[in-house]
Amino acid sequence: MQLTQLKRLSVLCLLLVFSLNSQAATVLVAVASNFTKPMTDLAAAFAKATGHEANLSFGSSGKFVAQIENDAPFEVLLAADEKNPKKLEESGKGVANSRFTYAIGKLVLWSATPGLVDDKGEILGKGGFKHLALADPKLAPYGFAAEEALKNLGLLQKLKPLFVLGENISQTQQFISTGNAELGFIALSQVIGKDGKIAEGSGWVVPDTLHSPIRQDAILLLKGEPNPAASALLKFLKSPEALEIIRSYGYNLPE
Amino acid sequence: MLNAGDLAALWLTFKIASLSTILMLLLGTPLAWWLARTQSRWKGICNALVAMPLVLPPTVLGFYLLIMMGPKGPIGQLTELLGIGTLPFTFGGLVMASVIYSLPFVVQPLQASFSGIGRQPLEAAATLRASPLDTFFSVVLPLAKPGFLTATILGFAHTVGEFGVVLMVGGNIPEKTRVVSVQIYNHVEALEYSQAHWLAGGLLVFSFTVLLILYSVLKTQPSSQPFK
Repeated sequence: MQLTQLKRLSVLCLLLVFSLNSQAATVLVAVASNFTKPMTDLAAAFAKATGHEANLSFGSSGKFVAQIENDAPFEVLLAADEKNPKKLEESGKGVANSRFTYAIGKLVLWSATPGLVDDKGEILGKGGFKHLALADPKLAPYGFAAEEALKNLGLLQKLKPLFVLGENISQTQQFISTGNAELGFIALSQVIGKDGKIAEGSGWVVPDTLHSPIRQDAILLLKGEPNPAASALLKFLKSPEALEIIRSYGYNLPE
Repeated sequence: MLNAGDLAALWLTFKIASLSTILMLLLGTPLAWWLARTQSRWKGICNALVAMPLVLPPTVLGFYLLIMMGPKGPIGQLTELLGIGTLPFTFGGLVMASVIYSLPFVVQPLQASFSGIGRQPLEAAATLRASPLDTFFSVVLPLAKPGFLTATILGFAHTVGEFGVVLMVGGNIPEKTRVVSVQIYNHVEALEYSQAHWLAGGLLVFSFTVLLILYSVLKTQPSSQPFK
């Protein structure tokens, strides 16, 4: 008697597990390094809201494009720029008309040493440092924006000999946080604290007027087209809940 | 074709690899000799330390070097005290990182060929009243020639191919720390595939040629093979 009940119960359990499985899917997401922290939070919120899982890979947009062009299994790309997703759409590896701006990046001049960077960025003109770290302007949008800002400040020629270039924005932060470069340009999201201020060291948020906007675009990739979790993630990124998380990490929101 | 940046990267790589190889031979020869002869209980630890870069991901090595050579690290504080400044992002820093990274490729072949010589030639030399130094130069060196050849070529070639460590401690500065492997990586990242092909293909041909020469020469000297 008891045994049959147990059997029924276990069949019920199995059915439940299978039915859950058929709805919840996993999406493989390629994420630009500057968006590492917010995306980790977003993935947790996404799982809670939809039951889908998001598996995250972090790296530079250029590398992801090279991999995706060669059939990497990524289903969604959250790039650090507009150019790379556009390139994927043109080559047919990205789904047409699925591109949109999910965040607009903010550039910060940051140092691990408290008090070194003043809140107007005047240290750039004064000097007194040996290395200025930034991401490679040729590869990384934050590096490009940093160079633009320096040009507009009229300091590019003077400071160029002090440049040390990170391959991506995370590596650039490493150069600075280990003290090997006294200061450098990174994304605000990398050093922002819970209260919306710079958590450690010292920094100057570079005004948007000094560089063209760092629009970060997302795109649905061909491999993700049949996956319900992929389109659900892109939809989730536009939801008020997601936008609030993105804003809390110091990004401007797309209009 | 190759542009000015590519040529600068090639020249820089050649300089770093040559200097590192010379330093590794100077450092590796006594070390390998000691490792081949000693019964000390430190031998195991020493062997393990030398071989570590073979096993560790280069990024781990690069990360620790970045911290240790930085202004808060022990090596960094020493170099600042000596008035050299900190080593990351400099030519000297890259040479030092390369020496640590490629050392097993020099020490291990040397150690193997020193061990292969055995006691007899040394004892014979001693009975002829040769001084230890004389013995080393006129008995050991000629006998260990294949070992030195292997060590030199592998040490040089491995330094040319180094990437992860350089990326971590180099800072990608043109003509100072931007070596060939980083330059290739940059071309690939910027989707300049044809540029990348010229350099990458060149490196492929270089490695094959070097290894082919090495193994052909060693074939004629069966007494010692790399990694026997």
